[in-house]
Order: sequence, then structure tokens, then C-alpha cells
Amino acid sequence: MKKKNIWQTITGSREASLVAVLVVLLVVIEIMSPSFLAPANVSQIFRNNALTLLMALGMLCVMLTAGIDISITSTLAFAGMTIGMLQKYNIIHNTFLLFLIGSAIGVVCGLLNGLIIAKAKVSPIICTMGFMYIWRGMAYVVSGNAWASGADVAGFSDFGKDGSPGPYIILILAYVIFFVVMKWTRFGRKIYAVGSNPEAARISGINVDRTVISVYTIMGFLAGLAGVLSVSIYASAQPNMQYGKEMDVIAACVIGGVSMNGGRGSVAGTFLGALIIAIIAKALPLVGIDAIAQNLVKGIIILAVVILNVITQRAMDHQNLVRREM
Amino acid sequence: MKKKIISLMMAAALSVTTLAACGGTDQGSAGGAAQQAEDSGSGSESTDDAGKTYALVTKSAGNAFMELLGTGFAQAVESTGGKAIIKDPQAATADAQISEIQSLISQGVDSILVAANDPSALTAVLKEATDAGIKVLTVDSDVDAASRAFFVNQASTELIGQTLLDACYDIAGGSGQYAILSATSQATNQNAWIDAMKAAAEADSKYANMELVEVAYGDDEPQKSTDQTQALLSKYPDLKVICAPTTVGIAAAAKVLQDTGSSVKLTGLGLPSEMVEYIGEDDAHSCPYMFLWNMIDLGNLAGYASVALVNGDTTGAVGEKFTAGNMGEFEVVDVDGASQIILGNPFKFDASNVQEWADKGM
Repeated sequence: MKKKNIWQTITGSREASLVAVLVVLLVVIEIMSPSFLAPANVSQIFRNNALTLLMALGMLCVMLTAGIDISITSTLAFAGMTIGMLQKYNIIHNTFLLFLIGSAIGVVCGLLNGLIIAKAKVSPIICTMGFMYIWRGMAYVVSGNAWASGADVAGFSDFGKDGSPGPYIILILAYVIFFVVMKWTRFGRKIYAVGSNPEAARISGINVDRTVISVYTIMGFLAGLAGVLSVSIYASAQPNMQYGKEMDVIAACVIGGVSMNGGRGSVAGTFLGALIIAIIAKALPLVGIDAIAQNLVKGIIILAVVILNVITQRAMDHQNLVRREM
Repeated sequence: MKKKIISLMMAAALSVTTLAACGGTDQGSAGGAAQQAEDSGSGSESTDDAGKTYALVTKSAGNAFMELLGTGFAQAVESTGGKAIIKDPQAATADAQISEIQSLISQGVDSILVAANDPSALTAVLKEATDAGIKVLTVDSDVDAASRAFFVNQASTELIGQTLLDACYDIAGGSGQYAILSATSQATNQNAWIDAMKAAAEADSKYANMELVEVAYGDDEPQKSTDQTQALLSKYPDLKVICAPTTVGIAAAAKVLQDTGSSVKLTGLGLPSEMVEYIGEDDAHSCPYMFLWNMIDLGNLAGYASVALVNGDTTGAVGEKFTAGNMGEFEVVDVDGASQIILGNPFKFDASNVQEWADKGM
């Protein structure tokens, strides 16, 4: 077999092309703002974007089944606000218990999404849109127009404090588990199967409904977990927390090459996509782009990377076709 | 069979959530306000003088700062026998406020008090309200002077700017770099205070060695404010002071500075309850002192001002005086063409008093 040259390797794998984008991005940023890659800065990138990185894993699963979930940041706010209030009114201060409660809220939210989408056959964007309002509304109701902050969550916020390993441990664990599950377990392959061809999956004996319910439940769990983490990292619970950030999570997946039509996407790609989003967020204020123009630049970069993705995909398909003809 | 059970469960779950939501809002101020609004709908038809209704449109729901303002407003209005309606828009946008104001106009309230999310976007709807015979005034954040009777100002813009600049000057030790972490780039009050700081810095040569390196915008989001604070720290290694004239920004910045043990110090405008653990003179605390005004007092004053306007005790013209309940007499003054009444001086919070104020729920 002929050995591939570098160009073919780059255009032959989406992950490789994402790495190339990342390297170019980093070189440009490092030139404009030296010491961007200093360890302290890099660890802040992961910490400040832990929520996006974490929820992108759930979104990957959902999008693999050709679904979408826009209720995630509402779930996050509901879970985060609840555990914030539990501390504010001195009901629970145990960090582990708070994580458990927040995640459990997320699981229930996700399960409801999954049940309605799988059993009532409501389109995912409609169903999760409904819950987007419901859970965000619940966050406001739970808050009773108060915030939990600073002293209220003292002790608990040590977990997510700058310099504490907590958020990194959660991220590493999550990525390792998802990498293994998606690649090498029957459950992981089922998700891919359901997304690429639900009919074929059903005929081959996969319980499609159960798989769909599972992915939304996983998404809900991660959103709830992210809610708890958010309160810990920012020492603040406000009902409008992370408002609109679900788009960052979806963008991370799309940049990472996850197809909106289901069946295509990987944990490695999602990680790279989320990392690109994280680096953009961190770098824009550093390289001296005016605050009011930052969203504009962010949008342009996202579109550019996605277009590059499409071109790579086409080149890949073309190469595969050529190989088949030979 | 199985399907039936599942759909039953779903229906049950949904109704529980809906019920929970309804039950919750009844206690919250939004629900309470809605209920009062219904009452006022029938009340305004009758001609008795006691049933005057005074409305407040806050910046957004879920904002602890605005909640305090609302508490003070309701206290003052109710002490005069009037009815208070408090509307919290779902989002901190002008659009959301416009629809709240429109519904208040159709309810026929007697006055509308607004903490504006935008200086000019509310002009049309406020004119509509004035044309309908409703007294309009603003609090916390102003609109065009022509659109309202007067502005209930927490402290004069110049004084806040001067106070914040003096704090930076004092903390920096008379010279060095300082940066400002603001909310959004369109926030009326933020921009006015920042401009006042800049003007004060130019007015006196003692500030010649103070250098304002950047105005960053954290959009009043903890995450973005954190990012912006860290960016300031890595961009300006010689930075001495960050001034955050916004409650969300100052709390986020305080946490960043304190967690990293940075030598950069912080001041600005913040809520005592959010800042308790960051305020202190020693190196372990990131904020030596900060300022704010008493939001409940501000709400009180705005409430009495609403009543005075509706009763005709004042027309809001510059130079007129009126009595604001037990708070004493206030005069409408002109500041750069904007008629206003001013609550007082910004209040300083430091290690000695911050806990006491936090315990009061501020």
C-alpha cells in the first residue's frame, strides 16, 4: 500500500485538519500576544471553558442521533440556581451532595426531553425549545429574585477555585470515559448506528427509542453537572447564568466536525472544536480587538473553520472514491 | 399499555412542573405584581383618590440589586396608601421594557418609574405614556431628558466619577496604571461614570501620573467578566488597580484577583453581600474598599417622587422642591441639561462595616 504524503494525511482526516487550524490560530495569537501559551494562561483556558468542554460531549451524543438540545443552559441554570439557594439558606453545604443534587436535576430534565422526543415523536428542536423556557423559568422561580454569591457559596467554591484541580479532574474523567464508550462499547456504537440509519438500526435489533432517551439523559446529566461546576468556578449563581451559551456548545461540535444530520462525529473532534471556541474566547480580548467587535470576529472564525471542514470532508470523500475505483 | 403509562407519567410530570411554576411565582414579586396589576385594572375605573397605582419597571428579573430598589419603592408607595406595581422584564433589554411599559399604559396606571436599559430606545413608548396622562420618571439609569419628568439619581455622576478616581489614586499610591471593568458598552450609567472619571482625571494635575490603560466590558456575566479580568492582568503586567463600577463585574474580578493572589487591587461599586469575603486591607483580600448607595433608600425616594408627581406636589421643573415622606425635602436640579433629584453621596464599604450591611440583606 502506498504511503500517504503529508498533504493527504491533513486532508484525509478531519481531526488532523482541526489540529492544523489550531496550530495556525495559536501561532497567530502567540505573535500578537506573547506568553499566551504560558501554563497559567492555558490552565485558565480550560477552567473558564470547562462548561462548554463538558457539555459538548453530551451535545456530540445528541447530534449523533440527528438531534439537538437547546435547553442545556436552562438546565444548567436550574441546577446551578437550586444548589446556590440550598447553600444561601444554609440547607446543604456538602460539596459531594451538592454535585449529586445538581446532576440529579440534570438527569430528570434530560430524561423528560428524551421521553418526549422518543415516545411522543416531537422534533428535538421544538421539544428542547419548550424546556429551554421551562427550566430557565424554573431557575428564576427558584431564585426568588435573589442571587447566591461569594460568602453564600464559600467552601463549596474552593472546588472550582483558580488553582484547584477539581474542574480539570472532571474534564479529564469525562473525556476519557466518553472516548472509551463512544469508540469501543456496544452502547457507543448503537448511538452511531441510530444516527446514521434509524431504520437499519431498528431492524438489526437496536432499541432506538431507548438509545434516544439515553443520549438526552446523558446530555441533561452533563448540563446539571456543568451548572454545579459553574457555581463553584464563578462563586456566583444567577438565574440568567450562561444565557445563550448553548450556541457555543453547538458551535464547538460543528467546528469539531459533528454532522447536524447524525451519525458522524468523534470525541477527539469535539474536543478540538471546543478547544478552538475556548481559545477564541480567551484570545480576542488579549490581542487587542475592540470589545464591541469581538462577537463579529468570533462568528467569522467559526464560519471559516466550518467551511474548511466541508472542503476537507469533500476531499476525504473524493479520496475514498478514488481508492474504491482503483 | 406501556405507551399509555409513559404518556400518563409525562403528563403528570408536566403538570407538576407547571403547578410548581405557578405556585412559585405567586410568592415572587413578579407574580405578586401581576396580581396587583389585575386589582389595579378594576381599581382605576373607580374615581376614589386612594387607589392610585404607581408602577416600577426594573432592569430585569432575577437581579438582586433591582429587588432592593423594588422593596424600597413599594414601602414608600404603600406608606402613602397607594398601590405599587413592580414589573421585572425577563431580559435586561430595552425591548423587554417597552412591552412592559405598553401593558402598563393599557392598564392605566398613574405613574411609571423606569430603570432604563437603553438611553434612547424607550423615547417613543414613554411619550405614549405621557400622552396618556401618566407621569413618567426614571431611576438608577436615565433616558433622554425630554421623555420623563426627572431622574432620581443615586448620586451625582460627577461625584461618583470623582470618588472612584480618588479611590484608584489612593490605592495605587498616587501613580501607576489602572483599568476599568464595565458592564456592557451601551449601559447608560456605566458610561456616564466612566466619562466622569476621565473628566476628573483631566481636571486636576495631581492625577497626571495615573494612566487609564483600558476600559473592558464583562457584559455583567461572571464568565465574561472573569475572562476580561484575566486578560487585563496578562496584558498589563504593571497594572495596579482595577475599578469595576458594576456589581457583577466587581465580584467576578474580586474572585480572580483573590484566588490568584494577585498584587493588583480592586475598587468600584459593589453589593456588600456579594463582596464580604473579598473586602479587607491586607494582602489576603483583593478589595480594600468599595462604594455603593443604599438601594432601599433609592427605592424609597423614587417611590415618594412618584407620589409627589402624581399628586401635583411638583411638576418636575428645575428649581421646584417637594417633601419625600420622612426623607426630607428634595430639590429638582439641572445637571448638564438633565433634571434630577439626587439621593446623596456614594457610601464607602470597607472591612469595618461590610459585614453589617451584608447582614441587612444589601
